[in-house]
Amino acid sequence: MGAEPGLPRLTIVGAGPAGLAAALAAAGQGVRVTVVDSAEAPGGQFYRQPAAALGARRPQALHHRWRTWQRLRDGLERQVAAGHVTHLPDHHVWCVERRPDAPRPFTVHALLGPDQETPVEVRADAVLLATGGYEKVLPFPGWTLPGVVTAGGAQAMLKGGLVVSGRTAVVAGTGPLLLPVATGLAAAGVTVAALVESADPKALVRRTGALVGRADKLAEGAGYAVELLRRRVRTLVRHTVVEAHGDDRLEAVTVVALDAEGRVRPGTERRIPCDTLAVGHGMLPHTDLAETLGCRVEPTGAGVWADDEQRTDVPGVWAAGETTGIGGAALSLAEGHIAGRSAAARLLGRAPDPGEWAEAAKSRGKLREFFGVLDAVYVPPTHWTEQVTDDTVVCRCEEVTAGAVREAVGELGAGDVRTVKLLTRAGMGWCQGRMCGPAVAGIAGCAETVARRPFARPVPLGVLARAGETAEEGDGIP
Amino acid sequence: MNPLELARAVPGPAFTITLDGRDLEALPGQTVAAALWAAGVTSWRTTRGEGRPRGIFCGIGVCFDCLVTVNDRPNQRACLVRVRPGDAISTQEGTGHGR
Ligand SMILES: Cc1cc2nc3c(=O)[nH]c(=O)nc-3n(C[C@H](O)[C@H](O)[C@H](O)COP(=O)(O)OP(=O)(O)OC[C@H]3O[C@@H](n4cnc5c(N)ncnc54)[C@H](O)[C@@H]3O)c2cc1C
Ligand code: FES
Repeated sequence: MGAEPGLPRLTIVGAGPAGLAAALAAAGQGVRVTVVDSAEAPGGQFYRQPAAALGARRPQALHHRWRTWQRLRDGLERQVAAGHVTHLPDHHVWCVERRPDAPRPFTVHALLGPDQETPVEVRADAVLLATGGYEKVLPFPGWTLPGVVTAGGAQAMLKGGLVVSGRTAVVAGTGPLLLPVATGLAAAGVTVAALVESADPKALVRRTGALVGRADKLAEGAGYAVELLRRRVRTLVRHTVVEAHGDDRLEAVTVVALDAEGRVRPGTERRIPCDTLAVGHGMLPHTDLAETLGCRVEPTGAGVWADDEQRTDVPGVWAAGETTGIGGAALSLAEGHIAGRSAAARLLGRAPDPGEWAEAAKSRGKLREFFGVLDAVYVPPTHWTEQVTDDTVVCRCEEVTAGAVREAVGELGAGDVRTVKLLTRAGMGWCQGRMCGPAVAGIAGCAETVARRPFARPVPLGVLARAGETAEEGDGIP
Repeated sequence: MNPLELARAVPGPAFTITLDGRDLEALPGQTVAAALWAAGVTSWRTTRGEGRPRGIFCGIGVCFDCLVTVNDRPNQRACLVRVRPGDAISTQEGTGHGR
């Protein structure tokens, strides 16, 4: 590593589509790139791979756009072999620190391995946040039963571990992610008893303008529809799961039809036996690292703000992919490419030429418009909180019920999420409110806000106390 | 078809782990959660407050619902930690420190 001490260093957090596209774009320009990622293998969520030891000879059976993945993977291998890119897998970043007057102004603090005890520090001249997002799930009675998993979680277990949690699944909620999850589970031998979508995708037809520009995305959707038909998956649109049943494990769900206002249509309840419910209501971006760096984040938490070059408002910090707003793998690739080009040029002291990424910028524009339309259509039922009974647990970590949240608002006068949190402990547990944030806001009837989290991951106190004293990773600049 | 067949997986030889002292077979490369799912187990902890069963929820390390005790170390995320031959997994009750 010490061979090229003079080269500027870019550290990218996240090895999903955005981070990998950025790494390849930047490494090709003559900067040293370090990709830090918590997973054991590159790929992120969309290109999650089975562990090597499972010996999958046909992992593409669970994937879409495999050729793009091959290009990314091969490109990464080449750049790693050439010494332009260092990939640090299994590194969980808990904080990125900015010290503007240090020789290298950024220190990326990570913990090694899932047990997260060994600290590692990576110094950089610039950082690029490509940490993606995680799934949002709104509560309903029974949603904490084993067997109820997030749709993306079912997909991650399937793609990464080649396992499923049962024989009969219902896939439910809202959003485009439900389609690959339902077809993936069906292909893997699970009986998908129903795909339950609360939105009405017909509404998309009324907004064809933005969709026409992305015929490929429409074709992708149509492809899933054909696949669902072929596998005889019953699709119920404008329906929702109102309850999951079981004692210690999921046994069935109750599904109802919704009227045009998003209210339950009385008398439409049907019980569907299943041992797995894969449920999701959209995605939320990881914004915590950007937060601690002081980057501007959209007030509702919808993403890290970035300019046309994917720069945040903090000098030296770029952001790309779902960190900046949810929009799928293709958009993440385009943003990552632009961010990598821009960061490399600026690190080398040049003003970047947007002509270099004209293609990616065009694709980014169209995809953002496309996802803007999807976002407006795939929304949870307007009156979802009416189905949440007082004894339904809302905060899974601290076991705070909807009744307690309502009491905090009604009797104790809490008017914002922060006060509800202080009065009930909702959001104070292990996950730091990542799972219950939107639910608490919805049930309390207050606005969703950006959560302030000093650490992106739990950090052992001993590590925190020693931060800054650990040996330098990489070149010898103190 | 099961997922292993679908991906035409030829894993290394299976090995033994234990769950609360009971032998289970696991495959190299699997996480604790994947090995337990493959064995038909979907819950492996009880909550601190109500003692309710929990297992995988997010599957990617964000929700902490899947906490489990691995070789006497409590609070390990089963969806992230890989199994190794001879691992002793135990159901985690409450904070995992109480017993
Ligand atoms: C569980 C899940 C499954 C999904 N499956 C699909 C699917 O099958 N099909 C589909 O179309 N879309 C899927 N999506 C949507 C997916 O988010 C996007 O399509 C795409 O992967 C986004 O790319 P990205 O590069 O922005 O982020 P990601 O692909 O999410 O990559 C982010 C990377 O950053 C790493 N990371 C995050 N925080 C840290 C940290 N603090 N320290 C170190 N590393 C960190 C993560 O481990 C990950 O590798 C899924 C989403 C989720 C949450
Ligand atoms: S299932 Fe969410 S952290 Fe493991």
